[in-house]
Order: sequence, then structure tokens, then C-alpha cells
Amino acid sequence: MKTIDFQIRRQDDPYSPPYWQSFSIPYRNGHNVVSALMIIRENPITQEGHHVDPVAWEFNCMEEVCGACSMVINGHPRQACSTLVDTLEQPIRLEPLSKFPVIRDLMVDRSRIFSDLKKVRAWIEIDGAWDIHQGAPRVSPEAWKDNYLYSRCMSCGCCMEACPQYGDTEDFVGPASLAAVRLMNAHPTGQYHKTQRLHAIMAEGGLSDCGNAQNCVRVCPKEIPLTTAIGELGRQITLQMMKDLLGKSE
Amino acid sequence: MKRPRKVIIIGGGLGGLWSALRVAEAGFQVDLFSLFEVKRSHSVCAQGGINACFDTKGERDSIWQHTVDTLKGGAYLANQPPVKSMCEEAPGLIHTFERMGVTFSRTAEGLMDLRLFGGVKNRRTVFAGASTGQQLLYGVDQEVRRQESLGRIRKFEWWEFLSLVLDGQDTCKGITAMNLRTLEIKSFRADAVILATGGMGQTYGHRSTNSTNSTGAAACRVYQQGAWFANTEFFQFHPTAMLGDDKTRLMSEAARGEGGRIWVPQDPEDTRRPTEIPEQDRFYFLESWFPSYGNTVPRDVASRAIWRVVHEMGLGVGGEHKVYLDLTHLNPGFIEQRLHAILDIYRKFHGADPVHEPMEIYPSAHYAMGGLWVDFEKDVSSGGMKPGSQRNHATNIPGLYACGECDYGYHGANRLGANSLLSASFSGRVAGEAVAAYLKGLQDDLQTVPEYKYLNEVARQQAINQSLMDSRGEENPYALHHELGELMSSRVGVVRDNDVLRQAIDDLSELEERSLRINLQETNSWSNQGLAYTRQLQEMIRLGRVIAASALARDECRGAHYKPALDLTIPENTYPGDPAYEKYREAWKRQNKDWLKTTIASAGETGPVISYQPVDLSVLSPEEPRDYR
Ligand SMILES: Cc1cc2nc3c(=O)[nH]c(=O)nc-3n(C[C@H](O)[C@H](O)[C@H](O)COP(=O)(O)OP(=O)(O)OC[C@H]3O[C@@H](n4cnc5c(N)ncnc54)[C@H](O)[C@@H]3O)c2cc1C
Ligand code: SF4
Ligand code: SF4
Ligand code: FES
Repeated sequence: MKTIDFQIRRQDDPYSPPYWQSFSIPYRNGHNVVSALMIIRENPITQEGHHVDPVAWEFNCMEEVCGACSMVINGHPRQACSTLVDTLEQPIRLEPLSKFPVIRDLMVDRSRIFSDLKKVRAWIEIDGAWDIHQGAPRVSPEAWKDNYLYSRCMSCGCCMEACPQYGDTEDFVGPASLAAVRLMNAHPTGQYHKTQRLHAIMAEGGLSDCGNAQNCVRVCPKEIPLTTAIGELGRQITLQMMKDLLGKSE
Repeated sequence: MKRPRKVIIIGGGLGGLWSALRVAEAGFQVDLFSLFEVKRSHSVCAQGGINACFDTKGERDSIWQHTVDTLKGGAYLANQPPVKSMCEEAPGLIHTFERMGVTFSRTAEGLMDLRLFGGVKNRRTVFAGASTGQQLLYGVDQEVRRQESLGRIRKFEWWEFLSLVLDGQDTCKGITAMNLRTLEIKSFRADAVILATGGMGQTYGHRSTNSTNSTGAAACRVYQQGAWFANTEFFQFHPTAMLGDDKTRLMSEAARGEGGRIWVPQDPEDTRRPTEIPEQDRFYFLESWFPSYGNTVPRDVASRAIWRVVHEMGLGVGGEHKVYLDLTHLNPGFIEQRLHAILDIYRKFHGADPVHEPMEIYPSAHYAMGGLWVDFEKDVSSGGMKPGSQRNHATNIPGLYACGECDYGYHGANRLGANSLLSASFSGRVAGEAVAAYLKGLQDDLQTVPEYKYLNEVARQQAINQSLMDSRGEENPYALHHELGELMSSRVGVVRDNDVLRQAIDDLSELEERSLRINLQETNSWSNQGLAYTRQLQEMIRLGRVIAASALARDECRGAHYKPALDLTIPENTYPGDPAYEKYREAWKRQNKDWLKTTIASAGETGPVISYQPVDLSVLSPEEPRDYR
């Protein structure tokens, strides 16, 4: 019988050591990694015939838009739901993202991504979520096109996994948070608070920690031009530094 | 000093985040609970767009027309004052999203662009590429993060809501919830609770377009504690979903709006590739049956037409349950720009390219029009909903509010495309304001609710967990969910029949019993996903019974609820004024007399108890049947 074979790195809780287990499921056309993991959890028996605890992993949308199901598949960080089994070499090796603390099996704690978004002030300051009887200023279709690319970041963590500068101990905010600054700074009223955001990424853990290795942009499942954003921010920071020197903060 | 009043909001989709903002802005402390990081909520899946009348396309579109389309589209079953207010406030709401930084697609002049969506004749849908829901959610997510950094909102992510805590007067004074990492169950005090837990598509298992968070479990839990469900028999089946084992993936209605055509080969045995089948051998059934709307007929009409072509006429592609959705005649550059996200999904998950090859699709459970019953206060002067009334979006349990897809508010018997991102956001805003009003009028002190009320509820929930962990039955929760999905979609689905529904209700009771004899097969209780899953599954089965019982009770066809035996069809080739048409109109009005009423389901000893409430029809009197020819 044709099968799909997996090797899965497992860990029972944050403090216990990891170990590997192998599973096989009957081949079916059209499987993605999430749908295959669903078959495994229904009947978690290893290749050796041992009944084990089901593999824990994260997923929600199954359409590559919620960012939940990131894991390392055959060595590459990517979304499990949009990875078709037919495109993979077997046995398929599944590991949790290594840059975040493991919670259990393939689940990791990515709360740092969200606290870094706070650190860089990735929001637009509005007076309140009530009606002010007008919208924001117009945006040209060209500017929209650029901005839209960045607004699709789903905080999946793949770029951080690939980035050599981002790590367990380092406090570098990582490519996605930087790209969020690029996006907020481009909003017609978001630019009013550009200085605060730039100062946030001029501090420790900010832009200067990026070694320009370009790994991030290669793995982003949303093809977000992270290094372009980093380049643009570099120029914005240069200008900002000149302004700061002249004592002319906006 | 008086303690600041505290509000618990459960759910971080559009509904929950909007309500959180408005409660926090009113100066009350918010604790926000979600199954996972709120940014991953199901709202991100919405592709197509959100409706608001801007009339920037020279079509003389109007808010009134939006209101009429919504009410008629819902077969007049929605209470009309809230719908009126929603359509009026839609443009302001979109402008607020724009201020938050949402990247709406632009015209050459830099204005928000509009597109056409099913069931309407004017362009009224704003969109952000083809990932509108994602962009809208990120807009409010950012603002919530800002409020969080100011200390006004606290997040409890990876906590699952389990039950309400009610005081001696049966007023809601808090909740119990389970930490999904440790499985610890705790109680939390609150002066008011807002439920914004989303839809219930997972009751249809893998035959749904919904994310895994859309189980309806949270709503079903409060239902068992006394809250009413309303109109749950109305479930929208999206006509154009791509087939899959884990879920069916939606091909947005925008595909039809932008010019996509639905067809089947005249001969189901035709073995040619679809692109090789010449025009004269194709059957464009929507265009032929509904000449004026063609491929943009509303969803229920399209779903039933596909069902008819496949089941009655046996014309499914290759004899299977599928038809073609074709974009190949359109300009590739144009659709690439307008429909990038759905093209992407199809390429990614099906391995084929819709630019060169028609997509294979079939109807799938998509949106629950029904949900928790919520109140509104009518503003006599405007005819809409009274702004800032504490009755708006209040459930029948005092202190408990509901908003977003888990309520039943705005769509009547059917929802127009791109109207639910609107209702989720609008209802969230209204619910937040209503809760602020409720708290301002609240006299009693939360600390006077005795502690044992909380402790008892925690103990009850712990006992449920323990019995599941200890259970060594023969049933597998994942297999049961699969069975539930097949049962619901085949027997409580697009087309319904009373005998079949009766059987379905019996089978659901049996499924519920089986779900108590579960074997979790799991020893590790840390981040144990099977336990939470099984608890949700049990709720979904109970919810399935509510849906089926409501469907059985409603003996008519209305909107998405369709019983062929009771269908009143417009006699062919007749129009208003013709005697045959007027006879039909009379029959339709008689049917309204009997059935134009809201279904209420409350939890009884042995199952759902069904009753009815009148509908507020003060905005648009039901004189005109829907007619999409
Ligand atoms: C594929 C798809 C495409 C769609 N496209 C469109 C469109 O183009 N236009 C449109 O108008 N509508 C569209 N819709 C519908 C629309 O997306 C939804 O109706 C809307 O987003 C629902 O928002 P919500 O806030 O009610 O719930 P959700 O976004 O589902 O959020 C629910 C929240 O509740 C939380 N939650 C659930 N249960 C619990 C619990 N027990 N404890 C704690 N937290 C809990 C979850 O964590 C989540 O944060 C689409 C739907 C689908 C399925
Ligand atoms: S360019 Fe390199 S160092 Fe900089 S963020 Fe990307 S991967 Fe990291
Ligand atoms: S930038 Fe791309 S890889 Fe990084 S978190 Fe966002 S979506 Fe994921
Ligand atoms: S499950 Fe949402 S991105 Fe994969």
C-alpha cells in the first residue's frame, strides 16, 4: 500500500526533552500537512505499532491566512495547511519553530511577536472608534499597491525563524515588526507619529540588529518584500537622525 | 473608592474587538478572552468585501436601497429597525476602518473602490484586495493593541470560555474558563459579559468553509444556561466552495461578481477537458434560469440551482457532486489583480490554475443567519435602533450581550454577500455602547455576589473534564465529528424534508449519547487538545439538534430554508399584474401571515422547545416577494 510517512519531533511539555516518532498514513491525493495530521490524531499509532498521545499542533483557517500553523517542514519554515504532501520528499520531517519556546510537540509560544508589535507602536493613533464624519485622506493606487503587500502579514513567525539575528535570547524585534513600521509610517495620518516609531526601532533590538542576510524575504509565505521595507526604513532613520541632531523633532 | 466596572468579552474576531474598543473608550476595564491570539480569528478568512453605500459609481445607489436589498434578501425575517440603522451607519463605520489604517483598494482618484456582489444591482462593496476580512480585523486588532498598551484592555488568549456565572437573580456576573495550556479552570467576575464567539459552521464538519474556531460551542453553552437561540434553521450554503478533506474552501462570490460564469457540460459523460468543450455543449444554467441576474443571483438561489442540476438533472461534472466556476474568458491581468487571494488559494490547494482552467466547486455550509437571540430598542423618531440603549444586543439573560456571527440580528432568512463583515463590526460597536449604558445604570456591587456561586460553577466544569478524562468508552471524537458533518449536510442541508429531519433528530440524540462514551486515548494532560475538542463536539451535536428541530418546525420555504414540498414558485413567464402572478402573491402573503415570525429555541428538559415571536416590519412592509429572474 502506498503511504505518506512522517517523522515528527515531539515534546511533552516546555521542560521535558524532545524525541522523534514516525507515523504512516494511507496515501491519498490532495493531502496537505494539516489534513494529514488530522488523520494521525484520529488514530495516533506509530510505525512500530505503539499507541501514543496525539500530536499537538496549531491551526485555524486552513487557508493560509490566520498564520497559526507555522512549523518547520523538511527543514523549511512554512504553513502546514498550504503545504501539499505531493510536493514534499518523504519521510516528511515536522519540527516546531526553533526560535520560540515549545509548548508541546509542534506548538510554540509566539506571544513575543505581539509584544514586539507593541514595542514598535504598530498602530494608527485615532481619537476613538466613533464616527468623525469623514474618512482618512485619499491614497493613490500606486501607494495602495505597495502598502497592501505589507498589510498581509499574518504574524506567522516564519521570517523570524529564518532570520539569523532573531533568537531566543536576542531582543531584535525581527523583520515582520519592522515591516509593520514601514506600513504604519506610510498611512496618510499614521505618518504623523512616524518619529515615535522610528525612535522605537532606532533603540536596541531595532533596525541596526538586522544583518541584511535576506533570509526572511525568501521564506515569507505571503511574499512580503521585507528587505525592501528594511531598506526604506534605513533611509527614514538616516533622515530622522539628521533631524534629531538638528534638534528638530516633528 | 468605587471599583471600576469590569466587562468580559469572549471572542476576538471583528465583533469582539469592536465591542472591546467601545467599552474601553467608555472608561471601563475590559478582559478579552480568546481561544488563541485574536489576530488569528476566523474573520481573517473573509475575502470578498464589506457593504456600505458610497454611490461613487454613478449608479444612484442609496442607503435606502441597501436597506431594501438586505430586508428583501433576508425574506423579511429580520427585525427592520436594526437593519435600517446598520445600513445608515455603514459608510461611517468604513471611514473609521480607513482611519485605523485598513488598506482598502483604490480608484485612480484615490477613493475607496467599489465592486459588485451577489444579490444586488449596484456596486456597493468596498474591499481590500481579496483579503478584506484580514485587513479589517488587523485594523481593529491594532487599535486594541494600543488600548492594551494603555492598560485598558487585558487579553486572556488561549483561554476557552466554558460557562456563565449567574447571581441569585439569574443576572450574569462572570464566567468560568479553561486555560488551554494547563487545563486549569478558573472563574472570573464581571459586571457584564459580551459573547462574540463567531459562527457555527463546524456543526457541518469538514463540509463547511468555516475555521476551526467556528463551532458554536460557546453559544450552545449559554443556551443551556437559559439564553435563547433564534432562527437557527437558517444556514447559508455557499454555492462556490472548492472540495477538500479537511475543509471546503470558499471561492469568493467576487469571482462571480467580476464576471465568473457557472456551467456544466450538457452531457455529464463528456470526457473532454472543460476548456475544449465548445459553447454550444455547455449549460450556463444560472444565466438561462435567471436572465436578469445571471451568475450574480443570491447564494441560496445559486446553491439550489446547483443542487437541482446535480441531483435532479444528473448533470454534475463527471457524474459527481461538482460544477464549473469559470474565469478563463476574463483578462488574466485584471483577475490577477482583483482576485489574487482566491486564485492563490485554488492554485495552492488544488494544484491547478483557474486562469487557464475552470474551477470545480459545490455548495458548502458557510454562514449561520441564526444565533443567540438579542433585543433592540426602537427609536420612534428615526424608525431605527435607538443609539446607546442598553437593550440593544442584550440577550434574555440580564448582563449577557451577544454580537457578531453568534447573534441572529441582521440577516433574516438569508444574508447578502459582504453584509456580515458589516454586521459583525456594527453589532460589536453597538453592543459595546449598550454595555457601557448598562453599566452606567447598574447599582449593585459585584463583590456582593457570593463566592460559592463561582466555586460551584468551577466544580461543575471540573467534573465534566474529569469524567471525559476518565472515560474509557469506544468512541473516537474525531470520527464522531465526521459523522456529525455528514449527517448535518445531507439531512439538515440545502434541501430539507420533514421525515428526514425527524430521523436526523433521533440520530443526533444517539450521537450525543455516543459522545459521552468517548475514549480520549491520551495520557498527557498538558495542552491536551482532545479534551477541549470533545467538549466542543458535544456542544455541536446539541446545537445540531436545535438547528434540526427549528427546521422541522418551520413548515414553509423562506430564504435559505427550503422544503421542496412546500415551495411556492413564481409561475413561469408571469409578472406583477398578471392574474397568475397575483394569485402567487396572495399565496405568498398568506404564507407570511402564518410564518413571518422569529423562531425561538430554548433549552427544555428533553430537548429544544420551539416558540415564535413577531417580527418588527415597520420600515418596509412585505408586499414584494423576492424575484431574481
Ligand atoms: C471563507 C469565508 C469567507 C467570508 N467572506 C465574507 C465576505 O467577503 N464578506 C462578509 O461580509 N462576510 C464574509 N464571511 C463571513 C464573516 O467572515 C464572518 O461572519 C465574521 O467574520 C464573523 O466575525 P465574528 O467576530 O463574529 O467571529 P470570528 O471572527 O469567528 O471570531 C470568533 C472569536 O471567538 C473566539 N472564541 C470562540 N469560541 C470561544 C470560546 N469558547 N472561548 C473563548 N473564545 C472563543 C475565537 O477565538 C475568535 O477570536 C466569510 C466567512 C467565511 C467562512
Ligand atoms: S535581512 Fe536578514 S538579518 Fe535582516 S531581518 Fe531579514 S533575515 Fe533577519
Ligand atoms: S512577514 Fe511573512 S513570514 Fe514574517 S510573520 Fe509576516 S507573514 Fe509571516
Ligand atoms: S491554518 Fe491558518 S495559516 Fe494554516
